[in-house]
Amino acid sequence: MIHAKEITFAYHGMEPVLQNMSMEETKGHCVAFLGNNGAGKSTFLKCLNRILHPKSGTVCLEGRNISGMKQVEIAREMAYVEQHTTSSKLTVYDMVLLGRKPHMTIGPSAADYAIVDEAIARMHLEELKLRYVDELSGGELQKVALARALAQQPKVLLLDEPTASLDLRNQHEVMGIAAQIAKETDMLVIVVIHDLNLALKYCDRFLMFKEGRVFRYGDASVVTEETIKAVYGVDTTIVNVEENKFVVVK
Amino acid sequence: MDLLLEKKTIEAHGEGYRAFIRKKRIFLLLLFFMTLGVFVVALAFGSSTVPFDRVIATLLGYGDAKEEIVVMNLRLPRATTAVVAGFGLGIVGCAMQGILRNPLASASTIGVSQGAAFGAAFAIIVLGGGLMSAGTSGVQLNLNNPILIMVCAFLGSMISTVFIVLLSKFKSMSAGTLILAGVALSSLFSAGTTLLEYFADDVRVAAVVYWTFGDLGSTFWKDILLISVVVLLASIYFGINRWNYNALQGGEDTAKGLGVNTRRILINSMVVCAITASVIVSHIGIINFVGLIAPHMVKRFVGSDYRYLLPASGLAGAVLLLLSDTVARLAVAPIVLPIGAITSVLGAPVFLWIIFKGRWNK
Repeated sequence: MIHAKEITFAYHGMEPVLQNMSMEETKGHCVAFLGNNGAGKSTFLKCLNRILHPKSGTVCLEGRNISGMKQVEIAREMAYVEQHTTSSKLTVYDMVLLGRKPHMTIGPSAADYAIVDEAIARMHLEELKLRYVDELSGGELQKVALARALAQQPKVLLLDEPTASLDLRNQHEVMGIAAQIAKETDMLVIVVIHDLNLALKYCDRFLMFKEGRVFRYGDASVVTEETIKAVYGVDTTIVNVEENKFVVVK
Repeated sequence: MDLLLEKKTIEAHGEGYRAFIRKKRIFLLLLFFMTLGVFVVALAFGSSTVPFDRVIATLLGYGDAKEEIVVMNLRLPRATTAVVAGFGLGIVGCAMQGILRNPLASASTIGVSQGAAFGAAFAIIVLGGGLMSAGTSGVQLNLNNPILIMVCAFLGSMISTVFIVLLSKFKSMSAGTLILAGVALSSLFSAGTTLLEYFADDVRVAAVVYWTFGDLGSTFWKDILLISVVVLLASIYFGINRWNYNALQGGEDTAKGLGVNTRRILINSMVVCAITASVIVSHIGIINFVGLIAPHMVKRFVGSDYRYLLPASGLAGAVLLLLSDTVARLAVAPIVLPIGAITSVLGAPVFLWIIFKGRWNK
């Protein structure tokens, strides 16, 4: 479905952040990007939908090279949610309606409203839909951003640290919805995440970054005490409880 | 039957929201009628008062000779200039605040108006584009080469625009820093204008000084038509991009993720802003704060949804400029106070209020 091949990226006048990064994923998976700060996870995520333009390498979506696509064409196929959603004096409904922007010609149609209502219901935001987003908590705001991404009806959903500023309940709610979407709608969900236990609970594929390169890539078996030590420099123990893996820092 | 039911279900979607935005449309309609009301008030009051019914009758072609002169010849061009220029400054301020994601941005706070003023002053003093003369409402400035003045004003405003666009690309640049850069640019252009005046003869200095006060009484119908066309085209351009401006409120990356070509929108919109501001400034001088205040006045009623914020800001700008001009004409009648001073008196407290409220963090 998505195939990134030998992506190299450097911010202007700086050393490369990414070097020959490659990944290939099919639909229906929830992929976790793991690695320490500055390893290039968010940068790689932004290269996947051309928010950032790689110096070299290609990204193909269903066999089509996205460098030949307009930004709006990419937005119809891939949705992106930032780590911190910027607040504004838009209502929750306006914000989710923005997700239909790549599909609109002049303005929203009746079908667009139906899709927005569905996304709002999915994220349980009905009660908040006419509230201004600058009145919401961080967790609510993040859910609005996720609803907007769902309204985009993308094939690939890119989430940059969606749980970073959320409490425990909201972390699990957001990640649970992300994993559920991947399973139920055959969407490919890619998540940059720091919490290894959340990643192990909700994701089924893992790409471990180290210094802008792929360190390990595969299913849950790549997340081991050794790879965690190599990537994060932390000693851990992995325990299994009811078929779930948990990482405990020593 | 099933199809009918399905259609009804689809139409029911977004119903609560549609009722909510109906209120915003009603607000726009009220603002439109308010503009019309203030327009009639501006035509009625001055050194001699014309009753409202006679103003309407005169507008419909049933006025007597005196009313024709007062309403149609003296006040109508002035009030119409206030409406189109105020609307233009309002939408330019609104668009700038969206594009630069800075609630303190407007043509006058980031130095675009001052750049245009310098360009126009250069055209008047160095290139002989305008002179003072006796006019229908006392001493007035005649722009004998308005195209030259507009081109120079545009070039001046573009210097500020390019500088501000480059600065805004630095992600760490805060709203306050951008405005400070605007203050520096404004000072630079003001110094340039002062130097031009220093070396100019008295007649040209008087022309520039009088013009920089801001004056709505020097425009002819052909000038008003030109300003109207430019403001209309700018309104269409901004209107087409209303969803892009909404998307930009989430930040540059979010906007890109929603399919917005952020670089193109930033550059094109700022050029449209610069053209509109320079055409207005080159005809009526610097009008401070209208573009800054107007969007903030209406935001509490329509939020920051650019589908409604843009027209509401334009109408609020028109009302502000009409009211300011009426105050300028009535305060110490028959002397007409500089309108730029009146808008500054109104605008400065609002500017401070925005700063103290810390709105730039939002």
